[in-house]
Amino acid sequence: MTSLHVLATGPLVTIQDRGRLGLAHLGVARAGALDTPAAALANRLVGNDGDAAVLEVVLGGLEVRVDAGCWIAVTGAGHPHASAEWLPAGVTFRVDAPSTGVCGYVAVAGGIAVPPVLGSRSTDTLAWVGPPRVEPGAVLPVGRAGGRPRPLDTPRPPRRGPLRVRVGPRADWFAGDALGRLCAAPYVVAADSNRIGLRLDGPPIPRKRDGELPSEGMVLGAVQVPPDGVPIVFLADHPPTGGYPVLAVVDEDDLWQCAQLRPGEEVRFSRVRSPAGSTG
Amino acid sequence: MQLHPVGRNAVLAEVTDAVEALDLATWARAAQLGAVEVVPAARTVLFDGVSDVAALTARLREWTATGEPPGGPRVEVPVVYDGPDLALVAEMWGTDTAGVVARHSEIEYVAAFCGFAPGFAYLSGLPAELAVPRLDSPRPRVLPGSVGLAGSWCGVYPTASPGGWRLLGRTDATLWDPTRDRPALLAPGTRVVFAPR
Repeated sequence: MTSLHVLATGPLVTIQDRGRLGLAHLGVARAGALDTPAAALANRLVGNDGDAAVLEVVLGGLEVRVDAGCWIAVTGAGHPHASAEWLPAGVTFRVDAPSTGVCGYVAVAGGIAVPPVLGSRSTDTLAWVGPPRVEPGAVLPVGRAGGRPRPLDTPRPPRRGPLRVRVGPRADWFAGDALGRLCAAPYVVAADSNRIGLRLDGPPIPRKRDGELPSEGMVLGAVQVPPDGVPIVFLADHPPTGGYPVLAVVDEDDLWQCAQLRPGEEVRFSRVRSPAGSTG
Repeated sequence: MQLHPVGRNAVLAEVTDAVEALDLATWARAAQLGAVEVVPAARTVLFDGVSDVAALTARLREWTATGEPPGGPRVEVPVVYDGPDLALVAEMWGTDTAGVVARHSEIEYVAAFCGFAPGFAYLSGLPAELAVPRLDSPRPRVLPGSVGLAGSWCGVYPTASPGGWRLLGRTDATLWDPTRDRPALLAPGTRVVFAPR
């Protein structure tokens, strides 16, 4: 079996797939790639199916080698025009620090074939369910390549825009037109953002009631507002339950952008009106 | 029951308390309402990954609380009652440590929901008059298997973590093991009794 030898890592390298679904009621975060279109593209380029596990590389710094030649592709941060290439055995493959964006994705034909944990190979950085984080010296098994590599693919348009939001379950905890306020001014990405949440600096959203909400289930993309009024967008490793009111929910199709926003960059929200009467 | 929309494909159902939330979640799982996640909590059930929100909403309107106790499996958790807060809880309950052990172990609890950490179950059943406040500042490290109280909840720490619950004792039962068929020993709906050792 082919192995991938990890020679060097940057700030954080984890194994990710589509995540661990259906276990939130046991307190298990979903995990999974943050920039799902980039991870899917990397898999397509090397001929994997969409469930294959890839490496999520935060700010580059990864060096790997394989002991038998294989197709490899890197997408996401710094790689808008992705393609697959043949990596011969023993040759070092580097993912450099990108000049823009945060998360890069490395797929190898056959996928990273570590044993799944609860049905997924994703690492959840909240409770560390799943494979351990990837460190220098790790030797990762590579699965058998099945599909035909498609070294050239049309990447998704790497077009950023405002994060589209719909109203959340606890909008009535906030004063006035809080969703309007959220969408009125830009927020700045804060330095303590991670796989759990995109933290922001910007105009606070005042509440009209005090106290804490009894813990309730949280969704991916929930815009949770703690007592200081500054919103947090929940990403893949978010806790399955939480006690701060959720003002809004970011459209899943826009969440990939949160994987690529750097501290200091601006982000805006824009409101999508849900069809009336779908729930009451 | 109140229903709140949560973005594009989730619905939050709000009921009166944790017992009713568990009742709804148990019914919803059996009825296969087309949600990837059914997450009971303190007084809500979240339905996430819903393919047809309108259809799910219509089905939820059919539900009425059964008021029946959950029919989940019954798990006996052996406990050595030697926790650091045992004497303090005895004082709050107006009894001695033997009295705490007797009161705590005579109740059949129900795992209402999980949160905080994988496999950490909030167990209901402690009468309201025995509720105890959390620690003012959490301990930096609580050992796995620690049995504690917070408010009228009882819980058992599955893994080492910081924690603010009042600790009564410890169990050597494995609360969380992702390689098991049932990774969480105390999944929602499980009936739980503590056996003093």
